[in-house]
Amino acid sequence: MTTKHTTLLLFLFILGLLTACGNSPTAAPTAVPAPTAAPAPTAVPAPTAAPAPTAAPVSNVTTDVEPALPVSLTDYRGETVVIESIDRIVSLSGDITEIIFALGMGDYVVGVDTSALYPPEKTSVLPNIGYQRRLNAEGILSLNPTLVIGTEAAGPPEALEQVRSAGVPVALTASSPTLESPAQKILFVARALGIPQRGYELAARVEAEIAQARAEAASLPRKPRVMFLYLRGTDVQQVAGSNTAIDAMITAAGGVNVGAEVGIVNYAPLSAEIVIAAQPDVLLVLTKGLESVGGIDGLLQIPGLADTPAGQQRRVIDFDDLYLNGMTPRAGQALADLVQAFRDAVAQTGGS
Amino acid sequence: MSATTIATGHLRQHTIRRGWFLPILIVALVGMLLLGVGIGAVAVPPDVAIAIVLHKIGLLPEATMAQQQIAVLWNIRLPRVILGGLVGAALAVSGALLQAIFRNPLADPGLIGVSSGAALGAVFTIISGVAVFGIYTLPIAAFLSGILATVLIYRLSRRHGRTDVAMLLLVGLAINALAGAATGLLTYLADNDQLRSIVFWTMGGLGGALWETVLAAAPPILIALALAPRLGFALNLFALGETEARHLGVRTEWVKRAAVVLATLATGTAVALTGPIGFIGLIVPHIVRLAIGPDHRWLIPACALGGATLLVLADLLARTLAAPAEIPVGLFTAFAGGPFFLFLILRTRRHYGFGL
Repeated sequence: MTTKHTTLLLFLFILGLLTACGNSPTAAPTAVPAPTAAPAPTAVPAPTAAPAPTAAPVSNVTTDVEPALPVSLTDYRGETVVIESIDRIVSLSGDITEIIFALGMGDYVVGVDTSALYPPEKTSVLPNIGYQRRLNAEGILSLNPTLVIGTEAAGPPEALEQVRSAGVPVALTASSPTLESPAQKILFVARALGIPQRGYELAARVEAEIAQARAEAASLPRKPRVMFLYLRGTDVQQVAGSNTAIDAMITAAGGVNVGAEVGIVNYAPLSAEIVIAAQPDVLLVLTKGLESVGGIDGLLQIPGLADTPAGQQRRVIDFDDLYLNGMTPRAGQALADLVQAFRDAVAQTGGS
Repeated sequence: MSATTIATGHLRQHTIRRGWFLPILIVALVGMLLLGVGIGAVAVPPDVAIAIVLHKIGLLPEATMAQQQIAVLWNIRLPRVILGGLVGAALAVSGALLQAIFRNPLADPGLIGVSSGAALGAVFTIISGVAVFGIYTLPIAAFLSGILATVLIYRLSRRHGRTDVAMLLLVGLAINALAGAATGLLTYLADNDQLRSIVFWTMGGLGGALWETVLAAAPPILIALALAPRLGFALNLFALGETEARHLGVRTEWVKRAAVVLATLATGTAVALTGPIGFIGLIVPHIVRLAIGPDHRWLIPACALGGATLLVLADLLARTLAAPAEIPVGLFTAFAGGPFFLFLILRTRRHYGFGL
């Protein structure tokens, strides 16, 4: 082997490495709120005030407020985080990003994670730090953040520790799979950004919307039996049970989550047995998940699904992940949409 | 026939080359370590970098650098690059040791169960949510289960006080399959979030490197690296065949056990701390062998240097090309490894004029 050969070898190797990077993994999964924390036993917010009309978009709080900084707040682990500046915010998850924008503070965001998809025109142009469970400390620090904010799902802990060691405050909120979560996260973010008052306003509006949707749900003539399927092609097909954000949504929208009914906690792999036992009236899926199996026709190829009432009537409802599962400021709207979809489904089956 | 024996005929030609090969590898490794520390998403000029290091080791009392630069260089990049070097060396040397005792060019550290055992331990930790040792629970569980799998394989393949290499291979396959099945079962039971954690762990990566990680990795890996070259001469005789080696006075049982213990120690530590990083353990011994021949007294130190250089390079590309995000380095090395390995095989076949 001559030196020329060695050089060629080295060249080809480096070429190989570079080619490999061309295929950087874009298939980062979108965020489903972590169903890890047990739902906090907080009281259901009393909808004392008359619910505001839902048509108003939950964003762009108009009043111009100067953030009151520094603030000191307690994160989900009970540790104190001191925030001195919010000039450069890196947001670690899609729901938190959406809340920051809804609070009117989107201009301060300098970096988002892969699950940040709303508002799309803003989040798509911001630097992407990768997936919130696979954070890279130096990447985050390269954006010169003065605040890193996210939920308890963020990780790995080593990366967060590295960010803290650089003197950047890391504020992580609890994130429970319940409908108390949107308001709780909004209040946390607003407090972290030094604008608690805006937080109260936005949280109250979102809670009012949720309460109104719940009231709508109460008037459904019959509770539809709903099965939520988390699909990623043929490899990942799971059914949502209790202790999930979607369970809270289905229940609040007046449906019966058949996954929880058959005893599933969190998520369980889909099987024909579960489907037959559950006999869903409606299949609820994520838009991307439905695309990944080839639309409704593809979905009904999954063993068992075609033989359910939902399959026979092709009653499949799909929503965007962050919208439906994110427990974001749009949770009330999503819930209202879900109630309407359930109403249509129940009407089709001929009421009670 | 193996690449080991193919190259034996060219031993004389190789002896000339290895005189300069090791020094070049040392220079390459030092250069790569400097590049690795110097380049990253956050810009740290060389003079600032030197000042930070001097300050940290106590030679420069005044810290004029930005806290962020200190944190990035000292808390993130330096441990990461050092861990990369240690893990790269550990994987490559383990690969060389196992290829020697199995006399099989396709042997890699996975064969003796460390990786699949470690994966089982890691996935179990993720699924069960056990956290007795805080953030160190997963590495500890992965390390212990990796060692356990190897011990099991080694025990089961012993008969009448001897370990048959073919038996070791077969038992290894069986235990690997079992561990893989158990991992598969746990994966099946995982919910979405756990599934994602598992997938990301399986891709491997150096992102979690803290000084604590480096301190945990250094002793076992450095011990293995220091002792492995001592087996070099015996492993050369192994290439003739185990019986022949024994007749030449090699304590074959002892050598086999020593090689497995060292490879397990090194790989177990590496996999536990970074997840499985493919291709380094398989490919580096081949590259080195093609360059300087199959003499293990030279091959093993060269593999340590080459493996370290290669992993630091791969990690440098992985964390800079998509900045501020990061490509998992395990994915990266595997992607590049396949085509390169194929190229090597085809080239070797042409060069020596017979099929591999």
